[in-house]
Amino acid sequence: MQNNVLTGLNDHESKLNSIWMQLLLERGATDGATEEEESKEFTALFLEALNQGGNSDNLNSHAFEKLYDLLSGISISRAKRGFSPRETAQYMISFRDAASQILSEIAKDPAVLFAANLELNAVLDNLIIMNFESYVRGREDVISRQTDEISEISTPVIRVWDGVVALPIIGTLDSSRTQIVMENLLQQIVDTESSIAILDISGVPAVDSLVAQHLIKTVSATRLMGAECIISGIRPEIAQTVVHLGIDLTGIITKATLASALQTAFEMLQLSVVKRK
Amino acid sequence: MITTTNKEEIAIIKEQDVVPMRNRVRDYGVKVGMSILNQTKLITAASELVRNLLKYGGGGRVIVEEVTNGRDKGVRLTFIDNGPGIVNIELAMKDGYSTGKSLGLGLPGTKRLVNEFDIKTEMGVGTTVTIIKWKNG
Ligand SMILES: Nc1ncnc2c1ncn2[C@@H]1O[C@H](COP(=O)(O)OP(=O)(O)OP(=O)(O)O)[C@@H](O)[C@H]1O
Ligand SMILES: [Mg+2]
Repeated sequence: MQNNVLTGLNDHESKLNSIWMQLLLERGATDGATEEEESKEFTALFLEALNQGGNSDNLNSHAFEKLYDLLSGISISRAKRGFSPRETAQYMISFRDAASQILSEIAKDPAVLFAANLELNAVLDNLIIMNFESYVRGREDVISRQTDEISEISTPVIRVWDGVVALPIIGTLDSSRTQIVMENLLQQIVDTESSIAILDISGVPAVDSLVAQHLIKTVSATRLMGAECIISGIRPEIAQTVVHLGIDLTGIITKATLASALQTAFEMLQLSVVKRK
Repeated sequence: MITTTNKEEIAIIKEQDVVPMRNRVRDYGVKVGMSILNQTKLITAASELVRNLLKYGGGGRVIVEEVTNGRDKGVRLTFIDNGPGIVNIELAMKDGYSTGKSLGLGLPGTKRLVNEFDIKTEMGVGTTVTIIKWKNG
């Protein structure tokens, strides 16, 4: 229901803003100037929503749309700038405290003040929840971007010998990662003029049919470049699981350890490692 | 009779949900005391089924349960999607059959990796696959 005392906030917009900013600063929940503009816009849209008849009975109405959009933008941006959940919650709580403070100056009758505060809280509860949902969404974006970055940097190709490159794979080998692994590997084979590539999967937790298919593709692509590919680091439990699953790796040279793969590479290159007397 | 001693549900809507789900399944395997081999078989099976659920079922959910049959403890996984369903189960359970240009080993391979395997599907309604891996199975 529309609350006349609450709409009375209209006459105190700039004061509301300055108390709000003050509280945020005191509570260490703002990075200052960068936020001031959008916070002022928030207040303006909040008051506009009330003026357009927005109240706790119609929280999903058109009146609140612009306000929600703005708040969710602010929360996402706060998440990306690294604000903590506490600081994010403080943003809306401080707004409520600022508004409450002004209400207590406007309304002297306790019953009237109580009703106004009740209505204020009902509207703000919804905003607090929304604030948080957007914050979490922002964090998720950050996490998924970091995941992409990790998968790019965690596929180093190591030149272990003249003509031999090795690529240790750690973690899951999903489709996008395979693409990066394959591109890196093929490029390194060209750059280092290598004839043997070792793909070490000691750090891959499970080899399912998708991972197997990716391994097979990588091996075929290496062969098309005129190089041979050895897969090493096949742990006993992986070997047994692959067999039960029915994956056929017979055309591929596989080794239990990186050391034995290197040994095989030396043999293929007709090199021998001998102990000095 | 099989009784559940612990249970949780995991929503699967995107590729990124696969790894956390698999880690959760591993936690359950460890908790019932599975060997590394059985853990690997279980998470590989889970991996196959969750990929099918995403690729063909358009996402869904997985129920992870710690179960016991009185003699042995184990992990039961139920994969539920509301996708198109499987046209021909008999074919889908054959090695090498795939409508997705893949190896076609997911379903038959999974069946070989676990102790109990049950699949229910209805056209236009969805597919539910339930598997159990016993600690000593
Ligand atoms: N949840 C599902 N919903 C609808 N169709 C499915 C589902 N799961 C499997 N299928 C069908 O069954 C076929 C066989 O599945 P299976 O997992 O054995 O092989 P695949 O997924 O095609 O290949 P792979 O798992 O070896 O990569 C699939 O190609 C698909 O047509
Ligand atoms: Mg499959």
